[in-house]
Amino acid sequence: MGEDIKVIVFKLGSEEYGIEVEKVQTIERMLPITRVPRTFTFVKGVINLRGVVIPIIDLRGRFNLPMVEYSESTRIIIVAVNDMEVGFIVDSANDVIDLNTDQIENPPEVVGGIKAKYLQGVAKINEERLLIMLNLSEVLNKNEIIQLESIED
Amino acid sequence: MDMNQYLSMFIDESNDHLQSLNEKMLELEGNSTDLSIVQVIFRSAHTLKGMAATMGYEDLASLTHQMENVLDLVRNEKLAMQDFIFDTLFKSLDSLESMVEDITNGGTGKADVSDIVVSLQAIVRGDTPSVQGNDSTAVVKDSTSVSNQSIQLDEFQFSVLDQSITEGHRVLFLEVSIREDCQLKAVRAYMVFDLLERYGEVIKSHPSVQDIEQDNFDRSFSLYYITQKSAEEMEGMILNLSEIDKVSAVGLDQESLKLMSGINEATNEVAATIDFKVTSEVQNNVAQANQTSGAPATAKIRANDSSKSSGTPSRTIRVDIERLDVLMNLFSELLIDRVRLEQLASDSHNPDLTETVEHLSRVSSDLQNIVLKLRMVPVDTVFNRFPRMVRDLAKSLDKKIDLIITGSETELDRTVIDEIGDPLVHLLRNAVDHGIESVAERIAAGKPETGTVNLRAFHSGNHVFIEIEEDGKGIYRENVLKTAIKKGVVTEEQGAAMTDEEVHQLLFAAGFSTAEVISDVSGRGVGLDVVKAKITSLGGHVSIISTPGKGTNFSVQLPLTLSIISAMLVQLGSEKYAVPLTSIVETAIIKNNQIRTIHGNKMIEFRGSYIPLIALSKIFKVPDFDEDLEEETEIIVIRKGERMAALTIEEFIGQNEIVLKSLGKYLPQVEGISGATILGDGQVALILDPSAFIK
Repeated sequence: MGEDIKVIVFKLGSEEYGIEVEKVQTIERMLPITRVPRTFTFVKGVINLRGVVIPIIDLRGRFNLPMVEYSESTRIIIVAVNDMEVGFIVDSANDVIDLNTDQIENPPEVVGGIKAKYLQGVAKINEERLLIMLNLSEVLNKNEIIQLESIED
Repeated sequence: MDMNQYLSMFIDESNDHLQSLNEKMLELEGNSTDLSIVQVIFRSAHTLKGMAATMGYEDLASLTHQMENVLDLVRNEKLAMQDFIFDTLFKSLDSLESMVEDITNGGTGKADVSDIVVSLQAIVRGDTPSVQGNDSTAVVKDSTSVSNQSIQLDEFQFSVLDQSITEGHRVLFLEVSIREDCQLKAVRAYMVFDLLERYGEVIKSHPSVQDIEQDNFDRSFSLYYITQKSAEEMEGMILNLSEIDKVSAVGLDQESLKLMSGINEATNEVAATIDFKVTSEVQNNVAQANQTSGAPATAKIRANDSSKSSGTPSRTIRVDIERLDVLMNLFSELLIDRVRLEQLASDSHNPDLTETVEHLSRVSSDLQNIVLKLRMVPVDTVFNRFPRMVRDLAKSLDKKIDLIITGSETELDRTVIDEIGDPLVHLLRNAVDHGIESVAERIAAGKPETGTVNLRAFHSGNHVFIEIEEDGKGIYRENVLKTAIKKGVVTEEQGAAMTDEEVHQLLFAAGFSTAEVISDVSGRGVGLDVVKAKITSLGGHVSIISTPGKGTNFSVQLPLTLSIISAMLVQLGSEKYAVPLTSIVETAIIKNNQIRTIHGNKMIEFRGSYIPLIALSKIFKVPDFDEDLEEETEIIVIRKGERMAALTIEEFIGQNEIVLKSLGKYLPQVEGISGATILGDGQVALILDPSAFIK
């Protein structure tokens, strides 16, 4: 038997993603963002979160998904991984579900254009709902980004 | 009772006491007849002992107890301080320090201190080494090891007791032991005294009532007591109190009272003969210690601090630095709300509200100042470990050194204080090791045999200066150059063209610090590159002024704080940036026709020379501002060393004190940006690093 975990569910486009709840610090509505020049394109800038300056990543941008306008439902999910505090901009976030780690299956090679290495696995909830579990340390891995960016240049 | 919650307090306070013990011992070494210093030392040791005993660190307590015995004799003028006593006491301090360190690291604080204890006991007994013989003024009148079974009475007390017996009162000699597992001995003892005082009068107790109240006693105490109750009654009543192990009450008549003193002498004699065997061994130990310390090397320490009157405890509390950070963050939240409130108040046109908000604004800006000041710590916290270090260094190097500390009350931000210790240790070691000559060399050079090291701290403008100046041999240009050329740091031609100042800076070059150099050149250069790197990373600067044969001055310039800086806020389109004031030479407005193009680069004339004009909006790709459309351009002239450049911006917002914040671990180093700050309206503004724009 696997462990029971709680997962924050958020949406990018039509797909649902999950992050373990203990990695999430807070979920905020959109906040004023200060642009930081000369950094990765998907880094939208930094915000002031109760006195702490936190960099903000547009998750669509990070996964090379088509960009959309921010709306009322847009949320910033503040996560803390490997001593780094980072905010993810997502389309919406409004669910917390219980999951058993047994429900998480190994990721298929490609899901919605996102590289498999960013994925920890895919969980099937009820019959029709698929939850993509993110591998946060890979999403925040900077070494690979630098390689990517230099190829694009 | 769970002692863990007191552990951190115990560690902090112990360190404080050890520090003050060290300081005062050094002071005493320079002025060994000043008994007021001994008093301070005694009190510190005493408190330390009490704390250690309460916390159950027995080795720590017993060692301090032995030190106390020695100090007690000194303060009662029964023993004169001598070199070997200093050495033994310093050794004891070292052991205490390592025990406390062990406790700090989660250990038990146990250590084998029997050697030192034996030496200390020997000193108490007056076993001064024979070498010292002639000038030894140590006289030990009576042993402090008063046996548990009796208490010395002075004449007055004796006559009081004697009188009482004559008048038909009962005089009892009581011995009370408290159970070993008792947590609050002092409280139990208090209860005993309370009971006793209800039925009679306590004439004399050992340890003293004061000591008992302060928990400075072993499990048992004894006393002379005048009462109407019988010995059995008293025993019964005391035993009725909880956690009392045993009580013995002996009724005394005039005969036995007199006899008590007779018993005293007898027990003391017995004790003395038992101790005798150990003594001869100790004598050897102490004699050896004395021989080494008999060398001419001494270090005298003077602190010219008027602000630090000895013995006045500072009224402070300790605060975790992280909590201060949280306070700062919360405070900036409050400021944001304040701005919002001000806005709402001015919109609502309600005079009462406006007035209240204005008051709130004033209070909150005062609060802000205080919060910022909370982070300031006197540089003393770093300096206070140096006297001992210099003393030990001088001793081991066989030099005579006077360390004079001035300005230790100068305040610096906590973050700077934490970092500056190591570089200063380096520089001081350097000054003592390589700067100051040996006694023989100094005499040959016609200097006083005692070298002087001045350690100064002072404020100047937005900076704190820390100087280490000695009157040693100074730096010889040729020697430094020779080594630098040999090490390939500079070529011969380069070296010849260098100013003295540049040559001195060579000492900070990486790779200059090799073992060879130490003996070759005047000896400087031990890891000085590390010192420089550290100071530079703190936003500071280090320079050397040296006169060959006369001495050297290392001057370290540091920013007051790392977290608060004065900055000019500027606007570029919708974006705001902060430019540190320290790197701004001037701000100005120039017309387009003043801009020249040289080699395709835009330049302007500034104070007679042409400096490059850098378009910030282009470098940062600001989306909503294009300076090419401007008729007039606001510029900020910045400087990096000798070179200057002008940054073009859209508008000046004004000068402001800003709190530096990091951009977090995730973002890569952005060239030209050194951090971020949160403005009054809650927005984040990036802080420019102007030096990055000047290549």
